[in-house]
Amino acid sequence: MTLKFPIRAGLTALAAIGAFLVLADSGFAQDAAAGTGPAAAAEPTVNKGDNAWMLVSTVLVLLMTIPGLALFYGGLARSKNMLSVLAHVFYCVCIVSLIWVIYGYSLTFTGGSAYIGGFAKAFLAGITPESKAATFSVGANISEIVYLCFQMTFAAITPALIIGAFAERFKFSALALFIPLWVTFVYFPMAHMVWYWAGPDAIDTAVKALAAATDDAAKKTAQEALDAVLADAGQIFSWGAIDFAGGTVVHINAGIAGLVGALLVGKRTGYGKELMTPHSLTLTMVGASLLWVGWFGFNAGSNLEATGLAGLAMLNTFVATAAAAMSWMFAEWMVKGKPSLLGAVSGAVAGLVAVTPAAGFSGAMGAIVLGLVVGIVCLFFCTTVKNALGYDDAFDVFGVHCVGGIVGAIGTGILVNPALGGTGIYDYVAGKVADYDFVTQVIAQCKGVLLTLVWSGIGSAILYKVVDVLIGLRPSVEKEREGLDITDHGERAYTM
Amino acid sequence: MKIVMAIIKPFKLDEVRDALTGIGVHGMTVTEVKGYGRQKGHTEIYRGAEYAVSFLPKIKIEVAVSTSQVDKTVEAITSAAKTGQIGDGKIFVFSLDNAVRIRTGETDAAAL
Repeated sequence: MTLKFPIRAGLTALAAIGAFLVLADSGFAQDAAAGTGPAAAAEPTVNKGDNAWMLVSTVLVLLMTIPGLALFYGGLARSKNMLSVLAHVFYCVCIVSLIWVIYGYSLTFTGGSAYIGGFAKAFLAGITPESKAATFSVGANISEIVYLCFQMTFAAITPALIIGAFAERFKFSALALFIPLWVTFVYFPMAHMVWYWAGPDAIDTAVKALAAATDDAAKKTAQEALDAVLADAGQIFSWGAIDFAGGTVVHINAGIAGLVGALLVGKRTGYGKELMTPHSLTLTMVGASLLWVGWFGFNAGSNLEATGLAGLAMLNTFVATAAAAMSWMFAEWMVKGKPSLLGAVSGAVAGLVAVTPAAGFSGAMGAIVLGLVVGIVCLFFCTTVKNALGYDDAFDVFGVHCVGGIVGAIGTGILVNPALGGTGIYDYVAGKVADYDFVTQVIAQCKGVLLTLVWSGIGSAILYKVVDVLIGLRPSVEKEREGLDITDHGERAYTM
Repeated sequence: MKIVMAIIKPFKLDEVRDALTGIGVHGMTVTEVKGYGRQKGHTEIYRGAEYAVSFLPKIKIEVAVSTSQVDKTVEAITSAAKTGQIGDGKIFVFSLDNAVRIRTGETDAAAL
C-alpha cells in the first residue's frame, strides 16, 4: 500500500488537464465542490468495486495469520508446545485488533510528526460509514472503515510473526504484556513512517492551486501549501523509499525484533543436544499454503483498488513465490542431498516476503529473479549463518522475514526500473512517471532498511528488558521441559 | 509356560499374526516401540538442523504359550518376519510362572 504510484492513463491525463483548471474525469467531476473557484478539487468518490475487493482482501490477510501462520509455526514446534504457539498467534490477533481501534489507527494514520501520528482519531473519533480514505488515484477513495480494518490485519500479523523466534520458551504472561508494548512503541511508529502521507487528492489539489496562481504572492502561498502537503508524510516515505505492501514495516521489522528476542531470551533448554524436530510438517505445509493464499489479499489488496495493478501484484505473488520455493529446494537438494518439503515451503514463504515490497513495482520476470535469489540467500542464513553464530531463532523469523525482507527492499529499488520491466515510480507533482535513477533509489531503500533495523532492534530490546524486569520472560526449566501447553495453558494439543 | 517376545519390522506384523494363528496361537499383545541393534539409523535434516536418528520404529509382540508350543511359535515368527536384511529383529523367550483369565478366574494353561 505504501508509496505506490500507479501509472494510470486517467491520472496522467488529469494532471495535464489540471493546468487548464478543468476536471476531465466525469466520474468525479459531477461531485466537484461548488463555488470555490476554478482550482477546486473534485470530491473523491468511493467505488463499490474497490470497496468489495478491499473487504475480501481484509479477510484474506486475517486468514494468513489464523490459521495460516499459526499452523505454519505450530507444525514446526514440538507437540508439547503446539497449543502455546497457537495461543500466542491467536492472542496477537485479538489484542492488536482492540488496540488498533482504540488508538493504533490514530497513531499510525493521522498527521503529527514524521515519526508518529496523533490521537485525533483515537476511539475512531469521527469515523462513520460515510468516511473516505485515499487510495493511490486522484478522485478514487475507499470507505475509511474498510481501510482501517484492512490495516488492522497488518498490525495483527506483524507481532505474530515475531513469536516464532522465541517460541517454546516464552511465558504467555510475558507475551501478554510484550505485544501491546511492541505494537505501540515499534509497529505504529514504523507504519506511520512508511505509510502515512497526505494522499493523491491533497497533492493534486495543491498542484492545481499552484498552477492557478497568477501573481507572485499567490504563487508563493500556493508553493508553500504544496510543500506543506508533501511534508505531511512519514520519514521513510519522505526519503522516497518504495514498499508496495509492507516488506519494511512488517517483515524486516518483525524479523529483527525476533532476532533480538531470540538473543535476549536465550536458547531453548537442550538446544543443540536434544532432538527438536518439527512435530507435524503436514500442518506446516497446510499453514504455508494458507499463508500463500492469504498473501494475495496482503499484496494485491495493498493496491487499494481493483485495477490491473492489483493484477500485477497478484501475478508477482504467484511467480516470485514459486521461484523461491524451487531455488531453496533445488539448492538444498544439491548441498544436502535431498529435496525436502520443509525446504520448499520455507522457500515459498521467503519468496512471499521478498515480493511484498516489489509486488506492484516489478515486472513478472523481475519477480522470478527476485524469488530465485531470495530462496538461496535465506537458505544460507537459516542454515550456515545460524549454525555458525549459534543463536536459537526457533522457526527462522530472522533468516526468512528479516533477511528476505532486506533482499526484497533492495531488490524492489532495482526491479522498479522500467528498463528491467518495472513500473517506474509515479511522481504526483509532475503528473508522470519519474526518471529512474539507480543510485538514488537504492540509497533510499537502504536508508529505509537501516532506520527499520535500528528503530525495531533497539526499541524491541528495551521492551524485552522492561517485560523481563516486570514479570520475567522465560518459564522455569522444569516447566519448559514439561511443555508450555500443560504448564501455561493447562491443556494438551493431542490426546491419544 | 513361556512368554515369547519378538521385536519385528512393523510391516511384518500381519504375516506374523497369520503364521501364529496358523499354528493355533490365539491372542497376542502388540506395542509400537523404538530401538536399535546392528541396523544403523538415518539422518533427518530440518532446515539447518541435522539429527542422527538411531532409534528406529519397531513392533514388539508378546505371546504366552505352553512350553510344548514354544519351538513351533519361535519357528513361525522367524519364518514369517524374516527378510534376510539387517534389522529383521530378535526373539526372546522367558519363563512364565502363572496366568489368570480375569473374566472366569481360570488359571495357567486354561487361561492361555
